[in-house]
Parts: sequence; C-alpha cells; structure tokens
Amino acid sequence: MENRHSRRDFIKLMSMGALAGLSLGSLSCTKAGREEFLQKHFHEMTETEKKQVIRRLEEKYLKKYGKQVQISTQPAEAGTLWGYGLDLSRCIGCRRCVYACVKENNQSRIHPQLQWIRVIRLKKGSLINLENAEHYYNPETVPEPGFMYMPVQCQQCENPPCVRVCPVNATWKDPDGIVVVDYNWCIGCRYCMAACPYKGRVFNWAEPNLPAGELNTEVHYLGNRPRMKNVVEKCTFCIQRVRQGRYPACVEVCPTGTRKFGNLLDPNSEIRYLIENKRVFRLKEDFNTDPKFYYFFSA
Amino acid sequence: MKRVLLLIFLVFIAVGFSASAAQHDEYPVASPPFSEGIFPCSNCHAGMEVNTKKRELKDEHTSIKLHHAEKERWCLDCHHASNRDKLKLADGEIINFTESYRLCGQCHGNIYRDWKAGIHGKRVGSFRGGKRTYFLCVNCHNPHDPKFKPLKPEPPPIRPEQQYGK
Repeated sequence: MENRHSRRDFIKLMSMGALAGLSLGSLSCTKAGREEFLQKHFHEMTETEKKQVIRRLEEKYLKKYGKQVQISTQPAEAGTLWGYGLDLSRCIGCRRCVYACVKENNQSRIHPQLQWIRVIRLKKGSLINLENAEHYYNPETVPEPGFMYMPVQCQQCENPPCVRVCPVNATWKDPDGIVVVDYNWCIGCRYCMAACPYKGRVFNWAEPNLPAGELNTEVHYLGNRPRMKNVVEKCTFCIQRVRQGRYPACVEVCPTGTRKFGNLLDPNSEIRYLIENKRVFRLKEDFNTDPKFYYFFSA
Repeated sequence: MKRVLLLIFLVFIAVGFSASAAQHDEYPVASPPFSEGIFPCSNCHAGMEVNTKKRELKDEHTSIKLHHAEKERWCLDCHHASNRDKLKLADGEIINFTESYRLCGQCHGNIYRDWKAGIHGKRVGSFRGGKRTYFLCVNCHNPHDPKFKPLKPEPPPIRPEQQYGK
C-alpha cells in the first residue's frame, strides 16, 4: 500500500502545485494586480487603505473607459433607515424605471443585458398570484385593460437571506439598511441569488458591456462602480444618491409618480406618511425577510 | 395702551406675511408647462373686450378640447376674466399659475392632501439638504383633458437564451 504513494506521485503533485503558483503569480504580476489580490475585506481596511484601493480603481477605470471616475465610500449616516414605497394603483408598466436604473448604475447594456428592476404584469383580480406573472409583455401602449403592473427589485430586507448564505461575507447590510456587495470580495458562487426570494440579484456571466460614453462617473464603491465578470450585483436604492439626500433615479424618472422614497426613522418623511395613511403590504412577508419595500394602494 | 395695540397689530401683520411667504417656500414648484409663446396671456388679451358668454371658441385656442366636466364648466371658471395672466379660485381669490395646485385642490381634496404630503405626484431633487422641486398637477395632467394618456413601454428584457447573441 505504501508503494502507491511513490516518489513519482510526489513529484507530480509538486509540479502541479508549482504550476498553480505560477499562474497565480502571472495574475498578479503587475503592482495593481498584486494589490488587488491582497486587498483586505472592506470592513477591515483602514481609511488609508481604502484611499489606496479607491486610487487604484480610479486608475483602472481611467485606463479602461478613458474617464475620471469619482468613487465615494460615504458611510451610512446615523438616524437613517431607508424605505421605499410603490403605488400599485398608479404604475402603468412603462419600464422607464428599468432603463433609468441601468443608466444610473452602470449595468452591462447588452450581451449580457443586466437589469435590477423587473416589472411583472399580473391579471387584475388575481393579485398577488406570482405564478401567472409575465415580465416579457410588449404591447403597443400601456396600461393594458385587465392587467396591473408590479415592479420588483431588491427589497432591502432587514433580515436578508442573501447575506446569511454568503460564504465569504462579500455582501452585508449597512447600518442605513441598504444591502450592499463588495465586488472585489465576491467569489461568484451565486448562493445569494439562490437564497433571494425576489430575484433581486443578477450575475455577470460575461465581461460587462458598458460603452465608455454611457459611463456614469459619480459612483459609490458599494454601489454603481463598474463591475467585472463573475460578480453578483443588485439594487442599492441608488446608494450614491440617497446618502447625499437625493432621490433614487427610478423615483425621479417615473412618469406617474408611482415611486416614493424616504427615511423610515423620520416621522415627517413621505414613506412614513404613506405607511400610516395608505393600505400597504410587503412582498412575501411570510418568509420573515422583513422587507423595507412597501407596496401600497393610493386609490 | 395705544402703543401696545399698535405693537400687537404689527406683530399680527408680520406673522401674516411670514405665513404667506412660508406657503410659497413650502412647495417650490416646476414652471407651468405653457405652450411656446402663449404666456403672458395679456399680450393678446389686454386690448380685447371681455365676453363672459359660454361659447365654442372658433378663432383662437382651437387646439384646446375641454374634456374635464365640460358640461358644467368653461374657460372663465378657472381663468380670471379681466386679468388673464392669473387664475381665480371659487371664492374669488386671484392666484398665479405657479399656484394652480390650489385651484385643482378645490375639487380634488383628497388628492391635494396626498400631493402636499408627497404621496401623489412626483418630487425631484433632494429630499434632504438641497433643492426639492414639486411637479405641479399640470406638469403631468393637461388641465383641459386631465386623464393620463397611455404610453409606449420600453422594450422587454432579453430572454436568457438570447443573452449572448446566439
């Protein structure tokens, strides 16, 4: 038996190891590549280390897109917990939000096409029967008689199943309630996608296709900075905007004023008003995910 | 005594002024969507005689098809008869076009309440620390024909089997 583990096997094993080491070395043979490979977890980085990472990324994006990108690492502000409201009696399913989101958040445009908002069409009277939902509808004009529309995106759960399954802590819930992804830490295992009951996450199966001319240069490290192949991404309530006090892009573009946004901890906010005065529900509440995305009926 | 009364009177006036100023600051609105070159209305109307008879307009404003309780209403129920650059409320108060939401709110009270709270309609800009703009009722609804018109939807997402152009 001992003879099975011979000298030859040992050499074979060693040479394979050396080969793996070499390929690793070639991946990180440049200084930037080495730094990227050795980058710490976002929570363990000091402010100086974060600045170094930002500088490295800005150089990388400048080289790739020919544009100076401003990467923010603005942290959550104390006393904020973001909540979203969506008026199902007003949504007409025009998908303006889907494309405004793609533009704002630097998603891959086509091949692959990545979108963070999915507008589903439901037959009136069978709300909320998601089994009969359709999101490829394409009529001449909307709304169509007999149907209603329900945009679905990341619900920013207070108890997010996606975060719990991540084996490497590449995704977490920030103190203001936004579930974020560190694309440099994501290993692409897609456990989070399997765990999410809202299909709130999408995956870069190929190198993202983002034309340099369409790049939004105002980005957040945990949000809309350009992504790479093999990472998961999702809606962040436009983290780069809301932490500066601006409405998310989907709120601003909606032609029917269906979308509402605000601070759940501020009793005078729009979101608090609608929760207190309108009929609200949260999607798949029975899963105990505790979403901060409130669907409501204003009429 | 007289001095005290005068003081109280002055305070009342000051409070009244600041209250009316606050009302304007509270709802900073987008500019009303006038057709090009139509405002100020007095450009044409200044020298014209006022005809208060309800009638179909044949020479001007022919593109306006009133479809908003047209049996009960016509132009001068909302537009001020002698000062055409202003609107008028049911109680006779004269208001600017930038305050037209008050005119709409006379009938659509529950919507007006929701609009003031930011639940009906749209607000853009900053919800905190910056300029926030309210869309007026008329930025989305044509006041002469207020029903929201159907839109062409943006294209549906690409199906997974066509994602990579095969």
